[in-house]
Amino acid sequence: MWIQILLVVAVIVIGLFLARPAGGDSHLAIRRLFMFAFVLVAIVSILFPQWLSYIANLIGVGRGADLLLYALVLAFLISVATTYRRNVQLNRRITHLAREITLARAQAEDALRRAAAVDTATRGDRPPVVDAPRRDDAADQVG
Amino acid sequence: MPERRSRVRAQPILFCKNGLMDSSAQVDPRRHSRDTWIVIPLYNEESVIGRVVAELREHFDHIVCIDDGSTDGSIAAAEAAGARVLRHPVNLGQGAALQTGFEYVRTQPDARYIVTFDADGQHRIEDAMLMLDLAERDDVAIVFGSRFLDDRTNPGWVKRVVLKTAVWVTNRTTGLELTDAHNGLRVIRTDAASRITLEQDRMAHATEIVLKLGRTGLPWREFPVELLYTDYSKSKGQSVLNSVNILVDLLVK
Repeated sequence: MWIQILLVVAVIVIGLFLARPAGGDSHLAIRRLFMFAFVLVAIVSILFPQWLSYIANLIGVGRGADLLLYALVLAFLISVATTYRRNVQLNRRITHLAREITLARAQAEDALRRAAAVDTATRGDRPPVVDAPRRDDAADQVG
Repeated sequence: MPERRSRVRAQPILFCKNGLMDSSAQVDPRRHSRDTWIVIPLYNEESVIGRVVAELREHFDHIVCIDDGSTDGSIAAAEAAGARVLRHPVNLGQGAALQTGFEYVRTQPDARYIVTFDADGQHRIEDAMLMLDLAERDDVAIVFGSRFLDDRTNPGWVKRVVLKTAVWVTNRTTGLELTDAHNGLRVIRTDAASRITLEQDRMAHATEIVLKLGRTGLPWREFPVELLYTDYSKSKGQSVLNSVNILVDLLVK
């Protein structure tokens, strides 16, 4: 049966496509080509319904409607696969973004703490500084 | 190569059983306090995190909790106990929290070692101290904790089977020969930590971290640790089904 071979091969190709490392632009191009082909086939099928049945008979499927169903299942699988991958990439971006926010906030907090620590330290130093006449200028600057 | 490792692996066991651990009371309990940063991924552990941090504070100066969007009082509890808490604005996962911790510690000039520690109190601080001793003594960059190097830990047979399968998968993918996988207690020298970037946000990071640390080619050891399976940590623990998620996360990128 031709249809069985075709379907198995298609499922394997989709599976490999899913496991392949992501390449942004080529993925987008493939998706768009697929979309284009889909539109073409849809128009042809609407204008010449018997065409579907002819193809179906050729590869060992009883009716054109059955062939349509098989194609739909495959399209669904591709859709799930690409959506999943896009999700993974999107999540990765969110992670980077959230991490940047976390680290930036931590850095700001650390800077504040350090400033507060320096502040307390200089305040603690002040009496001896004031006592020592030579360092009056420095005390003024701190104040 | 494997022979050398197994010999090395046996050492720490002797190290404990010779009673060195008992005499560690005389050794300075704060010997690692200055150059070690404890990194704890924190997510809804309000009831235990305070005690875990307080106990760690007795040995270490720097405890960093990465709050992963907790919805309970975890942040307040950790801060009250004296931890530095970094906050993820949204929940990202344990792997993401660890990576955030690594990147934060990278900005600390005094940091030499990172200890990854679980928030639920199932790790023993004594084990972490001994792992740091080992890292210092043998000048290794990475020390993995393993619950299967001695018989102190009894995870139950279901968990044992799952973990041993995880170990098998990890060893196949990483090329290292570990006896435990997904053990949250690790010592990582900062130079090793800065050479890796964890991209697995969720639990699959435990395999990824072994893989990427292994690829750095830096010297590593395993060290026997005990996991305290309290009722609390059991209720929080990884479900067997989650190993399916981990596998898919690793395969599909």
